Amino acid sequence: MQRKLSLGLAFGVLGSLLSIASSSFAQSATDDIAKYREMIAEGNPSELYEAAGEELWKKPAGPKNVTLEKCDLGLGPGIVKGAAAQLPRYFKDTNKVQDLESRLMTCMQKLQGRDPQEMIDAPFQNGPKKDMEAIVAYVVTLSKGDKINVSTNHPKEKEMYELGKRAFFFQGGPMDFSCASCHGEDGKRIRLQDLPNITTQKGAALGWGYWPAYRVSSGQFWTMQQRLNDCYRQQRFPFPIYGSDVTIALSMYMAKNANGGTVETPGLKR
Amino acid sequence: MNIKNIKSLLALTSFTLATVLMQGSVMAQQKTDPQFNKMMKDGFKADGIAGLDRIDQDATQKFCSDPVFASSKQGEKMREKIQKMNMDSIKQPSDGKYIGDWKKGEAIAQSGRGATWTDTASTAVGGGCYNCHQIDKKEISYGTIGPTLWNYGKLRGYSNEVVTYTWNRVNNSKAYNACSNMPRFAHFKLLNEQQIQDVMALLLDPASPVNQ
Repeated sequence: MQRKLSLGLAFGVLGSLLSIASSSFAQSATDDIAKYREMIAEGNPSELYEAAGEELWKKPAGPKNVTLEKCDLGLGPGIVKGAAAQLPRYFKDTNKVQDLESRLMTCMQKLQGRDPQEMIDAPFQNGPKKDMEAIVAYVVTLSKGDKINVSTNHPKEKEMYELGKRAFFFQGGPMDFSCASCHGEDGKRIRLQDLPNITTQKGAALGWGYWPAYRVSSGQFWTMQQRLNDCYRQQRFPFPIYGSDVTIALSMYMAKNANGGTVETPGLKR
Repeated sequence: MNIKNIKSLLALTSFTLATVLMQGSVMAQQKTDPQFNKMMKDGFKADGIAGLDRIDQDATQKFCSDPVFASSKQGEKMREKIQKMNMDSIKQPSDGKYIGDWKKGEAIAQSGRGATWTDTASTAVGGGCYNCHQIDKKEISYGTIGPTLWNYGKLRGYSNEVVTYTWNRVNNSKAYNACSNMPRFAHFKLLNEQQIQDVMALLLDPASPVNQ
């Protein structure tokens, strides 16, 4: 009850801060948002998603009516603590490099008998994706504070990194944009939004380390798949398929570049 | 054939070989990679106005997707070729008018909308200029990917050269810099001729707030 109350209060403060921000100077607007982040850090609304996710993790579900508690996220069946910090990685059972969400789809299919296509086709924030988002919030919170530690030792991991690097610079669409158009140089902004340079360790850690995140402007918790999806929307590309190799390759490129940085998920974003 | 001739022939051959090998290493990423192409092809689906043709790259996009090669000495010839191709595609205004209405230009510069899969064919496409440029100083929410355009005309003057250069640059920035970050507004029909005239006015009408 108290938590809900403090969340509500924080939203009210945010509203007034945002309106101050829009009528103020560029620098102080950025400062205000930073202040808001500090204030709300003790009560990130992602907590509501995490709690729901933990319940979903432990609740029998799917045609087989089984929990996800034996899901192997790379550190062994059932080990969630620290798992998100070492993803994406190669998995022997699928013979694939997988990110958190594609791996969770594998667990839902193998353990619970659920059809991954239903997850792929569902719109973000709806139906099965809503469950996914909550579970992701739960899993990433259990890596908060860990060092990002992604391997490219396996040939398939190395291959995925190289494919991701190439995808990062791939230009297309009616505006000629690639990921690098916005995230390839230091110290750039779109409007007031600072853009991390993902080709550097520092910039990659700022991006990869803070997503998934609660997004204040939409009032939603966004997974990394949704973050990438909206990047491609703004790049004017066609729709990236949920969990497709291009999204995993880009994640591998970002995560590996971010190695040594700190997992700050779930982040809190504009 | 005497010894001297053989020596110079050998030197020439090894020089040629070295050049070819060096180019080979820089050009490595330019090669088509079937695995990468398949990943891209399988990775996306058409949604509304955002069709799969959007990942069929044209020559400019293909060239600029390999920034190491594109900015190398070896890439220079291709860079010039790309710029010329884009320059040749620019049309001067059909009515001979370069400067439209700066007020409309400001509205176009403000809007970053259009051309995404959540838009429709009838969604007005904005210029998105403030996303990357400072323009009128009164707008404090501006990006920094492109240079500031504050006092654009006041600083450069209003000569025919400046006007034509600016027209070309807004129409197709790749005519001057093959891998400029700026979209090719006329080439992909993001803005029509009249809209470009209006954006021109924002930059080059002495009465525009930008030039005060």
